[in-house]
Amino acid sequence: MKGFINLIVSTDFVYSIFRVMTPLLFASMGAVISDVAGAPNIALEGLMLMAAFSGMYFGYLAQSAAVGLLMALLTAVLFAGVLAFFTLYYRTNIILGGIALNSLASGGTVFLLYLVANDKGTSVSLASKTLPNINIPVIENIPILGSIISGHNVLTYVSVLAVAFTYYLLKSTALGAHIKAVGEKKEAAESVGISAVKTQAAALLLSGVMCGFGGAFMSMGYVSWFSRDMLSSRGWIALAAEAMGRQTALGSAAASMLFGVADAVSNAAATQGLPSDLVKTIPYVATLVGLTIFSVRIYRRQKEV
Amino acid sequence: MNREKTFNILCTAVAMLAAILVAFLIIILVSDKPVESILIFLMQPFSSGRYVGNIVETAIPLIFSGLSMAILFQAGLFNLGGEGVFFMAGIVGSIAAIWLKLPIFIFPLVCLAVGAGTGILVMLVPGALRAKFNANEMVTSLMMNNICYGVGCYILNNMMRDTAVSSLVSYKYRSAALLPTIVSGTRVHVGILIALLCAAMVYVFLYKTKWGLQVRATGANAKFAKYSGMNVMKVILLVHVIAGAVAGCGGIVECLGLHKRFEWTALPGYGFDGAMIAMLANNNPLGVIGAAAFVAYLRVGADLVSRFADVPTEMVSILQTLIILLISAEKFLHKYKQRWMEKDIQIKEVQHEGLH
Repeated sequence: MKGFINLIVSTDFVYSIFRVMTPLLFASMGAVISDVAGAPNIALEGLMLMAAFSGMYFGYLAQSAAVGLLMALLTAVLFAGVLAFFTLYYRTNIILGGIALNSLASGGTVFLLYLVANDKGTSVSLASKTLPNINIPVIENIPILGSIISGHNVLTYVSVLAVAFTYYLLKSTALGAHIKAVGEKKEAAESVGISAVKTQAAALLLSGVMCGFGGAFMSMGYVSWFSRDMLSSRGWIALAAEAMGRQTALGSAAASMLFGVADAVSNAAATQGLPSDLVKTIPYVATLVGLTIFSVRIYRRQKEV
Repeated sequence: MNREKTFNILCTAVAMLAAILVAFLIIILVSDKPVESILIFLMQPFSSGRYVGNIVETAIPLIFSGLSMAILFQAGLFNLGGEGVFFMAGIVGSIAAIWLKLPIFIFPLVCLAVGAGTGILVMLVPGALRAKFNANEMVTSLMMNNICYGVGCYILNNMMRDTAVSSLVSYKYRSAALLPTIVSGTRVHVGILIALLCAAMVYVFLYKTKWGLQVRATGANAKFAKYSGMNVMKVILLVHVIAGAVAGCGGIVECLGLHKRFEWTALPGYGFDGAMIAMLANNNPLGVIGAAAFVAYLRVGADLVSRFADVPTEMVSILQTLIILLISAEKFLHKYKQRWMEKDIQIKEVQHEGLH
């Protein structure tokens, strides 16, 4: 037990939380933006997976991580656009559309992986590029803080910016106000001249951008290759974080951090012989309990009225 | 049959056809011998009893998950918990199949009951939260999937794992617990009969009972159902109980029918497949059988192409996506739908005028 405690108070451990958190932060911001707009995007998992593949492959083709990142973003935005087109124009139910995209991503990436790398598991045979780690000049020399905050992948810093962006977007921009209005009451928003379709499309595309970053981080930062279903439920965890954070940018970011901690703890627990399978479920149980308390409160309030 | 129904069937047919055409397109793009590969994809599944058997055995879990989703969709509920139910029912049912000692015939039945009971308990968590406190069942059911997976893995790793085998599998089931094969030369097991029975029962429940009417009314318009005196809370609970029992049954049937041990190391994916099957079937329990058979046919076809030719089997997921998107697109072929319905009205008007 002492070894376990030493492990989780070490700087490596705290550093690893940031690493694990990065894709969750991106995806949960994507979830916040789309959900607040009333178009809940549950295809985060699939979009990130496609972006991860695209980043790896185009990065390899061009031998440039920047090209990879750009293509990862484009891919995720493109498929978010497909989701937006079907749900907003063809009136496909957005949940079913999300399920469809996830299925496409999970099988489609393996299909393409086999075509380009002749392997259905990983892309290690392709020498793809990774995005650089960044050492922050002054901070890197501060003893403990430096080894925690400095030296992360560039996208880890971008993910923190993504939270700030989402917060700012929803709080102080016209688009953010439109997004909230459309999500709150579509008809009311339309009656004052806000186009619900355009606003929801914008929100879905923005969630695509977030997923593009999240996916690129997975195959070009977290590890340096693509492997099948490499997101391993991070997209769903982000949805949980968003539910737990009650659709706010900061709340969801905090919840993502909790999930990151739980993930890192469960990894550490596994090395110490603790039941990591059960430790991993803690965030989900917490979300379930949190959601229940939240719903009960609303229910009681409505009953009193 | 009214024109709207006919139109829905036509839409489904167009989506199926589109899926097969896209399959052709993919094969042409990818394969070195496209004609041969297309023939394998289309015809080979019917070429021998064994392959037809493969279609049937693939369809069994799809029928269960499709039924489970169809009931939920009919009540207007978006519960995606089928994944977790399949997994957990498989785990708990497997515990029964490994450690109980019962005579043949009764043994598999007890295991099925255990699986169904587990399914009910798992489903009731999001079900009760929705019925009582109006908590979003989609989010809670997704949480339950992950919780089921974690708890299931814990049980598998710490209680059931057969350390004599290098891969992560449970101890062997007792042979009396296994579901017997019913067609020799194939792996088609009794599960297909159970699946068909379930489909019939769900059909009778939804369309021939008072409760079924209430379920459908709740799905069509929950407020209206409430104001007309239906107990919506009870309906939601009932729907979750039945959906949980059916999916739970599916989980353990799959384990005892095809495997000798518990072999899933990840969520099996049947929960999401169920949504697609239910949509293809327009949420009709009897249609679920056909829809499951069609998807199973696509999967076996794709599997054969990947084995005998050069197209990876994951092609199937691209086809499935297309099917879901096209069928769920309310406005797909909408222009034609309008014309089609108007024709009906014109005919009626002509008849009406004729009467005067």
